Amino acid sequence: MSAMTECPETTGEFTEVERTVINRLQTGLPLVHSPYKAVADELGISEQVLLHTLQNLLDRRILTRFGPMFHAGEMGGGLTLAAMRIPEQDFENVAAKVNEFDEVAHNYRREHELNMWFVVATEAPDDIARVIAGIESSTGYPVYNMPKEEEFHVHLHFPV
Amino acid sequence: MSISTSRSDENYRLCALDRKLILATQGGLPLVPDPWGALGKELGLPADEVLARFQRMQDAGVIRRVAAVPDHYRLGYRFNGMTVWDVRDDAITDMGRQVGELPFVSHCYRRPRHLPYWNYNLFAMVHGTSREEVEDKASQIHELLGDTCQGHTILYSSAILKKTGLRLRKS
Repeated sequence: MSAMTECPETTGEFTEVERTVINRLQTGLPLVHSPYKAVADELGISEQVLLHTLQNLLDRRILTRFGPMFHAGEMGGGLTLAAMRIPEQDFENVAAKVNEFDEVAHNYRREHELNMWFVVATEAPDDIARVIAGIESSTGYPVYNMPKEEEFHVHLHFPV
Repeated sequence: MSISTSRSDENYRLCALDRKLILATQGGLPLVPDPWGALGKELGLPADEVLARFQRMQDAGVIRRVAAVPDHYRLGYRFNGMTVWDVRDDAITDMGRQVGELPFVSHCYRRPRHLPYWNYNLFAMVHGTSREEVEDKASQIHELLGDTCQGHTILYSSAILKKTGLRLRKS
């Protein structure tokens, strides 16, 4: 979970079935009885093949997760993007400390003076300040908090 | 990203059972023919009620969707460019909307500046299979922003340090 994943090489070609499953399942499982069967029928494959393909894509970490995608704001929680400037020699150590916080949902290394960027999601809005203070005291470095002030667009789909 | 921010003014209040369902599925939905039944068995609820609760949470926007979250690097989108722009404050809302409408922009937000280290207030995420592709998309954004933009840069990600999605605490 907190293991460092170096930017991997692309894993080459996907099979036609994998491609179809990846593309279709990014857009949402229908909330019906036997939902996998419903998607399998739509794709013209068996339910067993769909489930097997999905499990295999998860095992190979092509997919990081399959499940509900929660919307922190709608749950009354807090959400922010934060950045840190970490000297190279401390980077791994600080990344490990930051990742220990359950509220850190994802964390990316980026090529910039501000080189660590992570999302903090909490159940209560007030918890953001507490988590940021906790990260600052655990790591000894300042955290630049950049909450969204306006949202213009969110649309995430990666066709293969 | 598997989470985002509020669109509506009223927040849906999670009840204890909703919360249990979230805790049971935040690592993933069971990969079995009857996932609602499997969850129901775990929590002592009929499958119909599990399904109805998921439907209600999705209608309320608490759940965006039940879906696959890809590792975009492994799908071949190896270049994840966070393009950031210093846009005149009087133009940001209008320009943000226009940038957000570009088909290749996956997320677009206004965020605060942190001078002197950070003078960018508009963030637009762009993915590509090459740096050139990301740069070409960034130059389309630049053209759109015109003279409302006083500076920009692209922050490429070089490693995923963590990616778990939103987690509720088990308290």
